[in-house]
Formats: sequence, structure tokens, C-alpha cells
Amino acid sequence: MDLQYIGLKEINGPLIFLENVKGISFEEMVEIKLDNGQTRHGRVVEINGDLVAILVFEGTHNLSLRNTTIKFSGHAMKIGMSENVLGRVFNGLGEPIDNLGHVFVSKYLDINGSALNPVARVYPRNYINTGVSSIDGLTTLIRGQKLPIFSGSGMPHNDLAVQIVQQAKLSDEKDEKFAIVFAAMGVTNDVANYFKKSFEEAGVLDKVAMYLNLADDPIIERILTPRCALTAAEYLAYEKDIHVLVVMTDMTAYCEALREFSSSKGEIPGRKGYPGYLYSDLASLFERAGIIKDSDGSVTQIPILSMPNDDITHPIPDLTGYITEGQIVLDRELHQKGIYPPIGVLPSLSRLMKDGIGSGYTRDDHQSLMNQLFASYARVMDARSLASVIGEDELSIVDKKYMNFGKYFEEYFISQGHKSRTITETLDLGWKLLSILPKQELDRTDEMILERFYDKEEAINYFNIKDKTIIKELKKEDN
Amino acid sequence: MNKVYAINGPVVKVKNATEFTIMEMVYVGKDRLLGEVISISEDFTVIQVYESTVGLKPGEEIIATGEPISVTLGPGILTNIFDGIQRPLNKIYEKEGSFIKAGTTVPALNQEKEWEVTFKVKKGDHVEFGQEFAYVEETSLIKHKLLVPNNISGEVKTVKSDGKYKIEDVIVKVEDKYGNLHELTMVQRWPIKKPRPIKDRLPLSIPLVTGQRVIDTLFPIAKGGTAGVPGGFGTGKTMMQHQIAKWCDADIIVYIGCGERGNEMTQTLDEFSELIDPKSNKPLIERTVLIANTSNMPVAAREASIYTGITIAEYYRDMGYHVAVMADSTSRWAEALREISGRLEEMPAEEGFPAYLPSRIAQFYERAGYTQTLNNNNGSVSIIGAISPQGADFSEPVTQNTKRFVRCFWALDKELAYARHYAAINWNLSYSEYINDLSKWYNKQVGVEFLDARQKFIKLLAEENKLMEIVKLIGKDVLPDYQKLTLEIARVIRVGYLQQNAFHKEDTFVPLDKQLKMMNLILYLQKEAKRVLKEGKAFSLLLKTNIFDKVIKVKYDIPNDQLVLFDNYYKMIDEALHAIK
Repeated sequence: MDLQYIGLKEINGPLIFLENVKGISFEEMVEIKLDNGQTRHGRVVEINGDLVAILVFEGTHNLSLRNTTIKFSGHAMKIGMSENVLGRVFNGLGEPIDNLGHVFVSKYLDINGSALNPVARVYPRNYINTGVSSIDGLTTLIRGQKLPIFSGSGMPHNDLAVQIVQQAKLSDEKDEKFAIVFAAMGVTNDVANYFKKSFEEAGVLDKVAMYLNLADDPIIERILTPRCALTAAEYLAYEKDIHVLVVMTDMTAYCEALREFSSSKGEIPGRKGYPGYLYSDLASLFERAGIIKDSDGSVTQIPILSMPNDDITHPIPDLTGYITEGQIVLDRELHQKGIYPPIGVLPSLSRLMKDGIGSGYTRDDHQSLMNQLFASYARVMDARSLASVIGEDELSIVDKKYMNFGKYFEEYFISQGHKSRTITETLDLGWKLLSILPKQELDRTDEMILERFYDKEEAINYFNIKDKTIIKELKKEDN
Repeated sequence: MNKVYAINGPVVKVKNATEFTIMEMVYVGKDRLLGEVISISEDFTVIQVYESTVGLKPGEEIIATGEPISVTLGPGILTNIFDGIQRPLNKIYEKEGSFIKAGTTVPALNQEKEWEVTFKVKKGDHVEFGQEFAYVEETSLIKHKLLVPNNISGEVKTVKSDGKYKIEDVIVKVEDKYGNLHELTMVQRWPIKKPRPIKDRLPLSIPLVTGQRVIDTLFPIAKGGTAGVPGGFGTGKTMMQHQIAKWCDADIIVYIGCGERGNEMTQTLDEFSELIDPKSNKPLIERTVLIANTSNMPVAAREASIYTGITIAEYYRDMGYHVAVMADSTSRWAEALREISGRLEEMPAEEGFPAYLPSRIAQFYERAGYTQTLNNNNGSVSIIGAISPQGADFSEPVTQNTKRFVRCFWALDKELAYARHYAAINWNLSYSEYINDLSKWYNKQVGVEFLDARQKFIKLLAEENKLMEIVKLIGKDVLPDYQKLTLEIARVIRVGYLQQNAFHKEDTFVPLDKQLKMMNLILYLQKEAKRVLKEGKAFSLLLKTNIFDKVIKVKYDIPNDQLVLFDNYYKMIDEALHAIK
């Protein structure tokens, strides 16, 4: 029963309004035909008696009250899915744009998904070895986790995401399948191409499904882009038992699209003009990560968002942080020092790591090492702020040692460039760094672990410390 | 027939309907989505729907039920996990698979299971509303008392004999004074937004012992009390709620995951099933009920989840139990209010929140209390509500309004969390108004030195705070030795006492007598070190003894059940300090 309606009552921003409509359902998909033969898509966003508001994804330009024909589809937005989406490129609506023709469809799925029953979830425990020390050692990424990268414009978040994808040994066992779903929202052509090229170089292009809504694409499509991508990810993970890594960039552009849509609907704005339901909306995306009992696959998300003005309290990073299981925060100061990856380890956090590290996962000393590195590096910050007031020379001996530790920590541990480190390398390096500090300063670890790993000589050799006074100072507290 | 007229997200309007009542439960549409009437005018009745309205059409039928949104109370609640409107998630999983579909109906409690019922009344007895007429062993920990429901009182006409029954079986019949016969089963319904009646409120005088040093010592909460836990993301709100839920000495835990992460709820479920309660040697889940309305579940049900949880808590309180409610997070609940209010196009007050936010928060926290129940038992409901302030800014409306109605405020601090100092409760911003109410109990149960030592700790921390201002400007080295000692002792308190490792076998839960012994040891160290300084010995020599770090590690090195080992430490301090030349 394909009913068609000719003409509109009102056009307002991306919304069109129809009168005297019968039998349509909330969130139903519609097809809009223009006189010039163009077809656009839309979705019912509000019903008030026989007045219906429809959101047009491709924008309302060239639409007039007379030149359109509207056809209701009778169902919510669904996209066709099959394993063949891998290796393909789609637009934000899930339509192929790589000139390779249609995707063979084995199943149509609602792009909004459904809420995952907490009882059906498996608590994620297996860590993903990303090869990046600051992540593996201090904010371990766990399979099934959602761990965003908080960045700012001009910082190398894309490089880091690519590095993670390239180095991540997604499968410990060879026969485990993995795939990457990439969703680009409002990023430039260059960025999208950079990702594409990197996937190609890593030799995984045939395992990537790309959903692209670039900076010059219709903004409303942007709201659907991550939903299409996540529908693909869920399908691959839960029905095809594949470990899927979803990279979504840039969430800030997504939120801005949502704001535009909300204000055109005339909704009461919340903080900074973002709609009051921004939290729920973001949650409906991020919560689609996880592992379920009924399948062997998993969905791991690495959303990237650029913090407007590097402000972590801005509503977008703020609400994201409340939903995701931790965050990796890039630090502009480190970036300016030429340190790559510039991960600000103190505000970074992985909530799931506590159950995915230690003996049986990484190594038994991991937890102690992590706690101690965090605590000691936090002390470095105190020492630095003191030094900025009274000058480095006036610092106490202990504070000077912390300054030294901070320097080595940043130069050796955080700054690792593009090479990959094993978890053992990362942990051993951490202990070597801690060995620069006096033993009694290490108050977060217990005696037995210190006995095993604290080794001053090795630290001096490893970091090639030549300065006699420093060596003397280091050895002094031994007695 | 009443028909759907307008749809906007979870808000549905009906035109020209007059027979609905406010807060009535309704079924919307052909999928029978659960909803609640929230406003009525001559033109429109507004309904908020607790499930996704995708696919709903105007013209679909709305069925009134004649009762407000209610929960089903009876055996089988404990160990269970429900969504915000008390649908059992286990059963939904069995029935529908991994994803929750709209319009799922499953009875809240298992209707097939047979419970062993022991009766406490006989034919001819007079029973009153709230009186215990029978009990079942709900779990190996908790005896579930069956209470006479809904204002019924009268004479017992028939009683079944002790034995196995299903929850819906009629087991007792009561005739009231008007001659009406009431059939009692094991279950009763209660509207979630209406507090259950009590006989009297009693003064709060017993602490809810959590085993977390910073709480029990510095900022204790009373049984029947309320606490707000604000903190930005990553400061450990959820971790703290978990710790309290695991170790506190309440009889029943109601854990409400309101608009939070799905993985977290799974973890809670897994962990509580595995963890053994040290007092009873039974799995913790046997005293726990989980309400999970994760952030991607419908927003209206998130609003309901808080009330569902507190009503269940009150039900167990009425049996004479001490119940602790963890609400994580109340900000998500407030946001649900805001979202629905926005869809109703109500005039917003602060930051888009509706003007009735403070009164809703007050109504929620006022359902806590230490009470005399209708059957003359004492029971309590304590509420610990996490708050997720936007941008970690405590001046936002939810934090500020919560502060007005709770008497414990545990402010979580980003700086402490960054340094991985957990529990990240900032001792300068936090407070507890219960300390005076509880002093009698502490003096009697733990020892008179306890509050004394606590006071000294607070003083030391305040001094440290002041000294740090100076240190930040000119460095530590210029301070005189006795002030350096103050800083060092404060460090011992911070690292060795306030900071607690939830993953350490001994440190995750610390009984009050160990807390007292630790405080005494630290204060003894301070006293002796002061004396040594007075003798003219340099502070640097004191530091070299390493004794401060030994005392810091007491929390790990002395097991909770071998407190005699503290004596060795006194000796160790004496020897170390004597050795200084």
C-alpha cells in the first residue's frame, strides 16, 4: 500500500511538514521525489494528529511546496547487510559509492538497533595489544570496550588511530576473524583518504567497511552515518562471529549535526545549544560496543572527537566520558615538545583494564606498575609547577629526582614513534623508569614486586646516564 | 476507544479523553507499550511511554489499566536483575535473545517456582496491615517475611498448612470488619511513586559501616541516612558504589544502574555472584537486587528505575531489614526528567532542567530513614546517590539541589583520581552531618579514642592544606623541621590511611577496630617523632629511618584478622627512633 502525497505544507531548515497524512508510523522512512527526477530520503520525526514532520537527510534545497511527491515506506530505516560489505565504501545512508554496484543482501536490519540486554553481555576481559606503551601499559584497550580518543585540532589523533589499527594484534589465535568498520563524519576528503591509504598499506582493505559522510556531504546524513556503521559492526560481530574494531571520527561533527537538527525542530536547547538528549543519543551509539554470550565476535569502538578549544569540560567530551569506558586524551604540550604519540597519561583512563590485566592476561606486576607510574608522574607535575615558581635549582633533591624521572618517562615511555612494543617491553621499560626514583618513594607497590623489578644499575645502563652527579645521587640511597 | 493522536519520542498525546487519571499505567498501541499518564487537559491527555515508540502509528489504541505504575513485591526479587520497570532481564533474555524488543511482557517474578512457606498466623487470629503472616527462605541469607498488604486488616478465616506454594496461590483469607473477604497470596503490588507507610521515624544513631576508611572515619553515613557522591567521569563513583555495595553491613542491597553502562551492569552481576560475603560466607548476590536501566534503554524507564528501586528497598525495610540503596547515577535520572520535560514543552528553569527538579530530588531522598515499621520492627533505608556533574562542575543544578537534601557529601576529586588516589574523596570539600548523631555509637562500640583520633587527623590534614599553600610558593626545604614533620605525617595519613586499594585482599575492606589501631599507630609515630625533633635531631635523619614508609604499608602488611601484629610496629618505631644519633 504505497501511498503517495503531493505537495507540502511547510519547509523549515531540514524539516518538511505534511498535512492530512494517515496511517504512517513514528520514525518511518519516506522517499521524496522532486519534479526534476531527484530522489531524496527522509524520516518521520514527529506526528501531531494528521500533521507530520519529516527530516530530509540530503537537505531541503530546491524543494518547494508544490514540486514534491512523498512516498511512505511503511517501516523504520533499514539497511541491507551481508558479509560482502567488507571491502566496500558507502555513503552516510549506507548506499555504495564505490561504483562496484549493489551489495548482495542477506538480511535487512534496523539501523537504530535495539538495546542490548545486560544479561546477554559478556564482561570484556581480553586485552588488545595495540603496541603503544601508554595505551597497553596505562590505559589498556580491552576487546569489547569503547575507548575514545579525545583530541584537538592539529593533533595527530588520526595517526594514532591508524597506528592502533595497524599494530593491534586483534587475534591471538590465528583462526579468529577480524574486521574494521570505519565511519567518517564531517571529516575532510584528505582525512578519509589518509585512512583508506593506511588500511591499504596495512593490507587489510578487504576487511574494512567504510561509511563516509565527508565535510561537504549533507549534514543530516551525518546523524545516520554512525548508526549504519554500527549496524554493520553488530551484524558482523554477532551474526558472523568476527572481532570488529569500529573507528568513528569525528564525533564532534556528529554532535554539531545533531544540534542543527534539534534547533530546526524548535527543541529547547540544553548546554551550549546542544539538545537535552545528547547524552541518550550518544549512549545509543557507544553502548553498541560489547561482547554477547550468543556469539564469538565482539564490537570494540575507538571514537575520535576533537575537543573544541581543547576544553575537556565541553559538553561533547564531557558526556562522552560519562558513557565510554575511559578515554585516551592527547596533550597539546606533549605534542609541541615533539613527542609522539602525545598521550596525556594522567587524564587518560581505561575502566575495563583492571579485570583484563595481571597474571593470565598481561603480567602479574602490571597493576602495581601502572599505579606506581601514575602516582609518580602525578608527583612530577607537582614538582614542575613548583619549579615554575621557584626555579628548578631551588627544588629539593627528591623533587629534582622526580623532574628527572618525568623527563625520561616522556622521552622513553610516551614518545615511542611509530614502532610497536610488546607488552613485556612496555612493562620492563616502566620498571626501569621507576628505578630512577628512590625506592622508598615507590609507595604504591608492595615489597615483593619491588624486589623483583627494581634495578638501578640496569636503569643507569639502559638510559645511558653519564652524568656523574646523577649517578652518585641515584646510588646514594642504597644504604 | 482512545487513540494515539500525536507522537514525539517517548511522549504520546491522546485527544479528547477524559477517563484517564494522573499517573495511571496505560498500554499504548498494538505492541502494548507500557506508559504512564503525566498530564490531562480537556483537549489532550499526555502519556510518557517507557519503551521505544518507533513504528507507533496515530490511531492505535490506548488501554487504561486503572492502577498507577506499580511493582510486584514478593519472594524472588533478590538475586534478580530487573530493568527500570521491573521486567526480569534474565527471562527476557531467555525469551527474546540478546536484544530487548519493545512491548515485551514477562511477569516480574517467577510464577512457577514453589516456595516453602511457614505460617505465623492461625485461623481466628486478628491481623493488621503490615503484619507478618508467614515467611519463606528467599535466599540462604534472607528470610522473606510476607506482610499483610494494602490496608487489609481483620480476622483470619482460612490458612493453608506449611508447605510448598507458588507466589500466586491464595494461602490466607482474611475477613475485614465489613465482612469482605480478602485473599492473600505471596505477592502484592505497590505504586512506585508512593512511599510505603511506616509507624514512626526514629533518630539516626547507628553508622552504616562500609569498611572504607575515608568514609567510616572521616565522613560516616548513618543507617537510614543519605549521601551524595558527585564526581566527574573517571573519578571512581561507580567503583565506590560497588565497594560499598560489597562490604557495607546492610542486610539488603538495592543497586540501581540508572542510565549507566551495560558492561558495568554485567560486571556487577558477575562479580556479585562470585564474591563471598565475609560475614555470612554466602555469595553477595543473595542479599542483592539489581535494577539495570542502561543508557541506551528508553529514557522514560530510566526515570522510573529510581522509584522501582526505592520501593523494593522500602518493602524489605518493612520486614525489619537494613537496606542500602545505591543509585548510579541520579544525574541520568534528572536528565531523563529534563528530556521528558523538554518534549512536553514545559518552561525550563536552570540549564533546561524543569522547575520541579528540586522537589523530585527531595522526594527521593526523603524516602530514606530509620523507621519503626508497621509491625514494630526497626528497619532502615539508606540512600547513596552518585551524581555526574556536567564538566565536573559542582555548581550545576543536580549537585546543588542534592546537596540541600543529603547530609553526607563525598566530593570526588579529579586531581586525586589522576594520581590514582582512590577512594578519591576530597577531604577538604566533603562533609558528614551525622558525626554527632553517631558519636555515642562510636564511643561505645569502637572506643572513645576513635573520634578523638579522627579529630586529630582532620586537624593534621587541614594544617597540611595550609602548609601546602606555602610549599607551592617557596618549596618544602625552607620550612622548619616541625612543619616538615607535619607534612610527612599528613602524607602517611593520605597514602597510608585515606588511600585504599580496592583490589588488595586485605585492604578492600577494613573493620573499624583495625581503622582505630591504624590511626593510633600513626598518631604514636607523630608523637614520638615530635619528641625526637625536640631533642634537637634533624628531620632528615628521621626520614632516613624509613619508618614512615613502613607505617604507610601497615594497611597491606597487617591482615585484618591478626591485629596483634600492631604491637611489633610500636616496637619498630621505638627502635628506629632510638637508633638516631
